[in-house]
Amino acid sequence: MVDQSFVRTEIVPEKPAPLSQAGIIGWFRKNMFSDIPNTILTGVVLYIIFMVLGNILPWVFSPTWNSVSLTECRSILAEIGRDGHGNGGACWGVIRERWLQLMFGFYPSELYWRPVLSFLLLGVALAPVLFDGVSRKILFFTAVYPFVCFWLIWGGSVWFPISVFIGFIISYFGFVIGNKSAGSLIGVLAAIALPIIWWFILLSPINSVLNSILPLGSEAIESDRLGGFMLAILIGVTGIALSLPIGILLALGRQSDLPILKGVCVCFIEFIRGVPLITLLFVASTLLNVFLPPGSNFDLILRVMIMVTLFASAYMAEVIRGGLAALPKGQYEAADSLGLDYWKAQRLIILPQALKISIPGIVSTFIGLFKDTTLVSIIGLLDPLGLSTNIRADMAWNGILWELYGFVALIFFIFCFSMSRYSMYLERKLATGH
Amino acid sequence: MTAIPDPSKKGFKFSQLLYDTRYRSMTIQIIALFGILLFFGWLINNTASNLATLGKPIQFKFLGEPASYDINQRLLDYTSRDTHLRASLIGLLNTLILAFMGCITATVLGVAIGVMRLSKNWLVARVMTLYIETFRNIPVLLWIIIVFSIMIETMPTPSAFRSGEASMMLYDSIAITNRGVYVPEPLFSRSLGDWNLFGTSSLRFGISLDLVVILIILFGGIFASRKVKKNADKIQNETGMRPTTWWKRLSLIIFPVAIILWILGLYLGYPELKGFNFKGGTYMRNSLIALWVALSLYTAAFIAENVRAGIQAVSKGQSEAAHALGISSSRTMSLVILPQALRIIIPPLISQYLNLTKNSSLAIAVGYMDLTGTLMGITLNQTGRELETVLMGMAVYLAISLAISSVMNWYNNSVKLVER
Repeated sequence: MVDQSFVRTEIVPEKPAPLSQAGIIGWFRKNMFSDIPNTILTGVVLYIIFMVLGNILPWVFSPTWNSVSLTECRSILAEIGRDGHGNGGACWGVIRERWLQLMFGFYPSELYWRPVLSFLLLGVALAPVLFDGVSRKILFFTAVYPFVCFWLIWGGSVWFPISVFIGFIISYFGFVIGNKSAGSLIGVLAAIALPIIWWFILLSPINSVLNSILPLGSEAIESDRLGGFMLAILIGVTGIALSLPIGILLALGRQSDLPILKGVCVCFIEFIRGVPLITLLFVASTLLNVFLPPGSNFDLILRVMIMVTLFASAYMAEVIRGGLAALPKGQYEAADSLGLDYWKAQRLIILPQALKISIPGIVSTFIGLFKDTTLVSIIGLLDPLGLSTNIRADMAWNGILWELYGFVALIFFIFCFSMSRYSMYLERKLATGH
Repeated sequence: MTAIPDPSKKGFKFSQLLYDTRYRSMTIQIIALFGILLFFGWLINNTASNLATLGKPIQFKFLGEPASYDINQRLLDYTSRDTHLRASLIGLLNTLILAFMGCITATVLGVAIGVMRLSKNWLVARVMTLYIETFRNIPVLLWIIIVFSIMIETMPTPSAFRSGEASMMLYDSIAITNRGVYVPEPLFSRSLGDWNLFGTSSLRFGISLDLVVILIILFGGIFASRKVKKNADKIQNETGMRPTTWWKRLSLIIFPVAIILWILGLYLGYPELKGFNFKGGTYMRNSLIALWVALSLYTAAFIAENVRAGIQAVSKGQSEAAHALGISSSRTMSLVILPQALRIIIPPLISQYLNLTKNSSLAIAVGYMDLTGTLMGITLNQTGRELETVLMGMAVYLAISLAISSVMNWYNNSVKLVER
């Protein structure tokens, strides 16, 4: 009898997965058509996407780049058989003609190199702060940058920013010398008192002397000529740069066990967070001059910057307080047991960790601050939104809307989106978890 | 180990104020307090002398003067002969109604978008991500202006309804025009009338008694329905069997309200085209609609991210453990997942409500007469009382914010995990 049983002696080669489960088809089945409700959902979403793009894309792709007025746009569109009077197509000529204005406001066009240069230098100044692998020596330039930027954008005598900067150097040396000779408290007092004496008493006579000896300077630009994204970035960057240190101090004050200091910080933070930014801008535009000594009248943009900075620092303080509260108590106790004093403990142990935890919050405060700069258009500054009203007042572009809003929205999106991506990069870079 | 000597008791030296940690904090605080008082004294002194120069001492008499401007969107009766105080009150109510409507729609949208962002459907998840990123990264003021422009530019004029180019929606009940939206208005044929508070003063306030009665009955129904639920819980604890209660609970809420609506004689007042405009119905101006839509869409993007974070924070083990115990899917959601997710979602949700309320002050950009538009807008310009109006406005906003955040603190304390 022949043994009919069969035993396979070699391994069957692996077969590819069935076509419906692998490759692109499998992916579509799994992710978009896995069951009936899912398929319906996909269909609905595809229909919505189709409707939206079908309406927007023809409008976006419209051959009106070279037109010089809305009337010309409409005739171009009518020629190619589109609805010239409704929303047959975008009129991009306004962007080509006015994009420089949307960027710089009414800044004199022959001096555009000054804001451009200052923004390029901003990149250089920020590089060592934002990225590793950039020489730390550039940090010195970062410290000088605000004064360079001020002088480049506003112009005027070169001696004013230089002498203000000297105040900070005096403050630093006052601290070092005071600290060495008479202890830290005297150092701090010297660091506060000496520059105040310099700025408020010595600065203006010395300035006028220097100006008469060596009148170095560039053409001064009035503040009301600043506008557009330059203004938004200027207010935003100032607010960001100043609100972080002030916010840290407020957060430490709120966490401290000195009741009076704590109470003051809590009141300040809760007050600022409780009112809308627009009311603070009203204060800047109408009230700040009432609070200051009679006769003092300084620039509206500067007043707005002060208010925006105060506003952002209250929010920053709350974000950093969250980071401080999230640190385990052992970290504070460890710092104490090493015998570090308060400032050393904060600087070396607490703040590096607390700030790392609060990066997402800090960056979203920054993004919020940058978006909030559009509010200055309500008190009459010419930020991109204010300018688009201004451009519409021109006869040639009267009636144009979506192109300007779309352009402004796109630029804001690019700035804010890249900031949020940077915060993700930073979180990954600083992650020390397992 | 050396013994630490007791601090010398040989009397107090002045330098101890600086170098002895027992006194130093007191010294620092007194110096700080002194500095702050000095600063405020300086501010007040400046203000007083500036106001004296301008000849405008602080006084609130202007609140009693006739406002002589009109407010188009209002909840209470108001004419231009009414006082500035009444105008501000109308503005405040406009702020609150906008914030209330915005919070509700933003929550509904935000929860839906946040859940859909976690959808297993790739396309849906991506579209929701796109929505969230688009709305979060573009300023809310721009959104408000864009929606307002859409309302004005693309919606039909009332005359288009006459010529038949446009038609009303939902069986001729809703009219969307470029001036605003007209919706049917609930009216009562056997109305109980209004309950008028504060007589004829500037703060006079009529509360519809119909609404009060309906609300009382509604809350009574909800209370009774909770009783039924508690009873069912008790039976389940004793016998292990849960009686079916959903129809009892639903009818306890619906029937009493339906009956009271019938008794009051509810009917809808439809908007009708008369002359050049619509008459009747409830009229919501285009500025209100624009603010409502823009603030809801914008805040929904933030709420969606909070909801997503809350759901993702509940670990998968929780739902697996509930299933292992044999709890059904829907009860797992309501008993295990939601209570934990809500604890994480609600605090940021309330702070989004706070943001929405504060952002509603941007109404001034589209001419909606909220508190900023009345008190800090036209009243300020007409009377020239910057200090008083801006400070009053800030105080009101501060009060609203503090009220909302005290609700948040109360909630946080009530759900706080009690750790051993």
